[in-house]
Amino acid sequence: MLSLIAALAAGTLFGLGLAVAQMVDPAKVINFLDIFGTWDPSLAFVMGGGLLVNAIATPFIMRRKTPILAEFFRTPTKHQVDTRLVLGGVIFGAGWGLAGYCPGPMLTSLSFANSDIITVVAAYVVGTLIARLVLRSWERDRLTEAQKAQTSCIQ
Amino acid sequence: MEIVNFTPVPAFIGGALIGLSAAFLLLIKGRVAGISGIAGGVILPEKGDVPWRVLFIIGLVLGGFIYQWLGLGPDLHQIEAQVGKGALIVAGLLVGVGTTIGTGCTSGHGICGLARRSPRSLVATLTFMASAVATVFVVRHIIGA
Repeated sequence: MLSLIAALAAGTLFGLGLAVAQMVDPAKVINFLDIFGTWDPSLAFVMGGGLLVNAIATPFIMRRKTPILAEFFRTPTKHQVDTRLVLGGVIFGAGWGLAGYCPGPMLTSLSFANSDIITVVAAYVVGTLIARLVLRSWERDRLTEAQKAQTSCIQ
Repeated sequence: MEIVNFTPVPAFIGGALIGLSAAFLLLIKGRVAGISGIAGGVILPEKGDVPWRVLFIIGLVLGGFIYQWLGLGPDLHQIEAQVGKGALIVAGLLVGVGTTIGTGCTSGHGICGLARRSPRSLVATLTFMASAVATVFVVRHIIGA
């Protein structure tokens, strides 16, 4: 229960931050990305502020053996850069630049939802669902093949 | 290049709130505040850890409401989408697919990953920033929309 309240509090703080930073305004986001035209450098300060606070806090937090309300830290352990990571970045960046919505601001924008916001959120949900289904079935195939290989080795 | 609507103070304060949220989630739950990752686990759940994700997302929306109630800045209802419905659909799909296969978005890679000095997050952040800048350049200055 406490852990759920903490998740709600963290989400609320995050949403409040996005609204205060005006990152929920796609015009501002697109101007930030338009470095060759009408450039609005503000969002660099959003990332800077977020990164500064988090980069100072993270090493202190990670010194603990466990989080306060969980058994272990679940931070990514993978270090290798692969094609999938870069391809995902290219696709995400194209979508972000096209309309000015990345996932956080998109969801916080539901607090003043209109048909445009519902449209982009719905498309985001569908895109995520399709990609997750495809990745899941690929991973299953790989697992099955690995199992087959293992079985034939035993035989 | 012409600099417009520069608002560094609210941007920095908002960013700091986001950083605090990410640090808080890590401290309490040991989880990364990557929005696409949190949302992805609700859209197609993997294991049993859905409820905290739903509450975090409710919080994201609640944060927007609280900003409005307190009147902390410009009215959010004045905000308008910059492209038509067709482009919004394409953009939403690209963001969903891209963040899923690239395992993260602006928050997960840009704020949390970089704070942990993850090389993957550095590459991801540089890639999506470059791709987004290139997309805006093409749309605004080549196609001229």
